[in-house]
Amino acid sequence: MSASDTHRTIETVFRIETPKLIAGLARVTRDVSRAEELAQDALVAALQQWPGEGVPRNPGAWLMQAARHRALDWLRRDKMLKRKHEEIGRDLDEEADPIAEIEEALDDEVGDDLLRLIFTACHPVLAIEARLALTLRLIGGLTTEEIARAFLVPEPTMAQRLVRAKKALAEANVPYEVPHGPELAERLGSVLEVVYLIFNEGYAATTGEDWVRPGLCEEAMRLGRILAGLAPREPEVHGLVALMELQASRLRARIGQDGQPVLLLDQNRALWDHLLISHGLKALETARGLAPSPGPYVLQAELAACHARAGKAEETDWARIAALYGALGALTPSPVIELNRAVAVAMAEGPAAGLALVDALAAAPALKNYHLLPSVRADLLAKLGRHGEAQAEFSRAAGMTRNRRERDLLLGRAETARKAAG
Amino acid sequence: MRVMVLVKADKDSEAGVMPSEDMLTRMGAYNEELVKAGVMLAMDGLHPSAKGLRMRFSGAERMITDGPFTETKELLAGFWIWQVRSFDEAIEWLKRAPFDGGTEIELRPVFEMEDFGEVLTPELREQEERVRAEAAKLAS
Repeated sequence: MSASDTHRTIETVFRIETPKLIAGLARVTRDVSRAEELAQDALVAALQQWPGEGVPRNPGAWLMQAARHRALDWLRRDKMLKRKHEEIGRDLDEEADPIAEIEEALDDEVGDDLLRLIFTACHPVLAIEARLALTLRLIGGLTTEEIARAFLVPEPTMAQRLVRAKKALAEANVPYEVPHGPELAERLGSVLEVVYLIFNEGYAATTGEDWVRPGLCEEAMRLGRILAGLAPREPEVHGLVALMELQASRLRARIGQDGQPVLLLDQNRALWDHLLISHGLKALETARGLAPSPGPYVLQAELAACHARAGKAEETDWARIAALYGALGALTPSPVIELNRAVAVAMAEGPAAGLALVDALAAAPALKNYHLLPSVRADLLAKLGRHGEAQAEFSRAAGMTRNRRERDLLLGRAETARKAAG
Repeated sequence: MRVMVLVKADKDSEAGVMPSEDMLTRMGAYNEELVKAGVMLAMDGLHPSAKGLRMRFSGAERMITDGPFTETKELLAGFWIWQVRSFDEAIEWLKRAPFDGGTEIELRPVFEMEDFGEVLTPELREQEERVRAEAAKLAS
């Protein structure tokens, strides 16, 4: 194996193993930054030794061993330092055996440590951007440069964000543990939110030459699957995995040959990723098996599944979609969800039924500047043959959007309605 | 990226001999590790070629030859599909598989969606965002 091959192997092994290393080390050091440094030290050791001695048979175990030694050295130094500070004359030997302590920590079920690390990286004490960055760094094993590129910020900015995040964790004295009881639900919510935001960051990314940014979808799905392995009894975790996989299954079909975006109902369903769909539907099934009453991620996954299951756009089960939006709205009331429900009802029962729901939303303050409200209303009015009113609503919607293309589209429809009204 | 891991057939797999319990245990542990790392997308084993057939296409003609087929080295016994971040990562995962006894495994990258990065201008992105807003009213 050439030196450059060895380097590549080391980098790859390190990328696979880092989260586990950091997770185990953080339990000993109670300090994520320190754990990260110690893991880096193990990498440096590998870089020094492997090119000469060859890559070990079990590189993961080798790195863990190296990290163990470094953790031990650090613990000794730390104790020595504390002893000096406190002027305690006791010998190190008299104290609890630090080797045993570390061995125990690192030999323990790694999964629990990884889960602790995830909860720590997604701790609510951190700003949301910091949670995203730290999760990608510590659990995803991405380099600072990759994360910076993913979020389109300069590398030093991202480096600083990561340093501040770790400092904030230390200062807040965040315990390195998996939360229990009522706190668990809330903290799990933050973890799921972080993973889904990473996914959406990738899903929205269609600009720039970077492969990393679209790669964020894959990274988020990987994080979700890891989480599902670590917390297999949590229905919302499986729900999120299903949601991401079902949405990602359409990535290929979202953009036409000329680079033109393609609407969901116009997409060529043969281009959908059927492996991801079957994986997602299975995750959804698992989630439903665990939860008698589905949470928001499971419901959103169910919505995505309605489309995934329809072989043709016309086969979409709109009645079920309407019912799911109803259930989602009951859990997390929002006029936007209600508007979505109105569209589904219109598809299922006809434009008049949809219009009644849309009209009920007219006074919702949250939708005051939401151009999709008059735009949906106009569409339903046009379908009902009320062209004069449709024209007025299309024009109103056109005046509310800042997007030029959308405005052109709406003005075009207003003109069509005007002609139809005669 | 995705890779397909092609597990070649051997005399035993072609004879329908099941792997030893020890091998099944180790393979189970390995598969679990792949699932927990978020790498595993699909895996399946294939029946011996005796249960399969080959179809030969020539013009309108469809010529069927029933198995078994003899050239064991060219036959497959199973496959995995993995989601990895690089081909190197797939190599690293494959190294950890509990195979032995001269088993040969083939690793092949799967064709993926083109990287749209270069063809999408900011203008198209704006359009994309409009479409996403539109899609939001149609889907979740």
